[in-house]
Amino acid sequence: MKDFGQYVLFLGSLFVRRETFKTYYHLVLEECIQIGIKSTFLVMLVASFMGAVTTVQTAFNMVSPLIPNFVISQVVREMTILELAPTIIAIIYAGKVGSSMAGGIGTMRITEQIDALEVMGINSSSYLVLPKLLASLIMYPMLVIIAGFCALLGGYLVGSLSGIISPTDYIYGIRFSFNEFTITFALIKSVVFAFLISTISCFKGYYTQGGALEVGIATTKAVTTSVIAILLSDYFLAELLLNK
Amino acid sequence: MIRINDISKSFGDRLVLDTISGEFEKGKTNLIIGASGTGKSVLLKCIVGLIQPDQGTVFYDRRNFSEAGKTLKTEIRREIGMLFQGGALFDSKNVEQNVMFPLDILTTMPLADKKERVHFCLQRVGLEKAASKMPSELSGGMKKRVGIARAIVNNPNYLFCDEPNSGLDPQTSILIDELISEITHEYNITTIVVTHDMNSVLGIGEKIMFIYMGRKLWEGSQQDVMNSGVKELDDFVFVNKVMKSLKAR
Ligand SMILES: Nc1ncnc2c1ncn2[C@@H]1O[C@H](COP(=O)(O)OP(=O)(O)O)[C@@H](O)[C@H]1O
Ligand SMILES: [Mg+2]
Repeated sequence: MKDFGQYVLFLGSLFVRRETFKTYYHLVLEECIQIGIKSTFLVMLVASFMGAVTTVQTAFNMVSPLIPNFVISQVVREMTILELAPTIIAIIYAGKVGSSMAGGIGTMRITEQIDALEVMGINSSSYLVLPKLLASLIMYPMLVIIAGFCALLGGYLVGSLSGIISPTDYIYGIRFSFNEFTITFALIKSVVFAFLISTISCFKGYYTQGGALEVGIATTKAVTTSVIAILLSDYFLAELLLNK
Repeated sequence: MIRINDISKSFGDRLVLDTISGEFEKGKTNLIIGASGTGKSVLLKCIVGLIQPDQGTVFYDRRNFSEAGKTLKTEIRREIGMLFQGGALFDSKNVEQNVMFPLDILTTMPLADKKERVHFCLQRVGLEKAASKMPSELSGGMKKRVGIARAIVNNPNYLFCDEPNSGLDPQTSILIDELISEITHEYNITTIVVTHDMNSVLGIGEKIMFIYMGRKLWEGSQQDVMNSGVKELDDFVFVNKVMKSLKAR
């Protein structure tokens, strides 16, 4: 609970005493590139398999001949866009990007690089964390869109190659009774997750004390705490936005 | 000149600094000495404002830093250069970018002028050839020298060094010490060096403050450090047998 209070104060400190816009512009771009390099390939890989497996398993579970085939891809669509793409990818993002944020900032803390920034009169939390936060808010929704696309594509390929579902049926199912709100909902989720992962990871790194061992611990904690936060907020968002 | 008045600081219920006062003179290398864990680093951080002391005031040339408003604080900060224990170079930047960083943040100099100033400073510490190296490619001594270049790049009036020669071999240590001392005299800077190394004390110490368990036990010049009459300081100075036999004579 004390940690939570500290976290809120930490969030507040991001927005006071900022540097010039130009400084942030460059830092944000740099972070975006880093995030892109680090995670795009992995996200595409995981998402494609996610889609493929969902297709196969949904088909396996539909034993009744009364259900038309296109329902498979409809289910795949709902599952991936609504839940799998934003949430599973968030967990991967926490492991890949969040941990490196915590590790990087933690290392800066224990090697006094953060102190060096402070001596120069820079608000170190804002200087280090705000660009990472903004970059996550920009990049993570994009990754989720890529993930959704890859998942559907993965399902399409597996479905048609293995003959589970014909390409026409698959496309038909994907377009059948489509509610745009699922996309909106997925994007809302991804913005919330991006915020949670980047701020929690940076927070854990920023308050590291000690040495290399503690940086490792902070990194692990960053991932576990982020994952818990993702799952909790996932549930609350579903309650809030889908339960009408 | 820097003056501190009754600086105290505790962490939890542990008193780390107990009402320390003193003066650090301009154009001299002022030393804060004492064993490990006595609070030297904490004192230095209180002086530069990285740690908020529980009590006490810090004056930079009569300007009250502890109660300064935002503008005055920024103004004083611009005049401070600091060398950290491990160099504290930014991992993601190369040597040149590291040294240029304070100029990027604190000044509006055009790039060409910044480059010139950076190369002058790198030359001053003997590292003009390493400008494009990354921190991970540097040895401990080189990191410290880059740290010094970064600390002096914005023409500071005050220079702070925390254990500038910890982890270095004796020869490199002396080189770093002498570099700090030369720069101090050359640019008439108020320099405070925290150290537990007797070689530095005898090599470059001009004004010395001895801290023991968070309290200032002695203050004086290099000539007097050998015969202070303070038992704790004698224990600190005459650590090895050779020094002890020197004392006995
Ligand atoms: N941020 C902190 N929180 C709690 N205790 C601290 C903190 N910084 C320093 N200390 C304690 O203060 C004492 C003095 O530390 P320090 O000033 O680093 O010693 P040294 O004289 O070796 O530089 C140490 O015992 C250390 O454990
Ligand atoms: Mg120390």
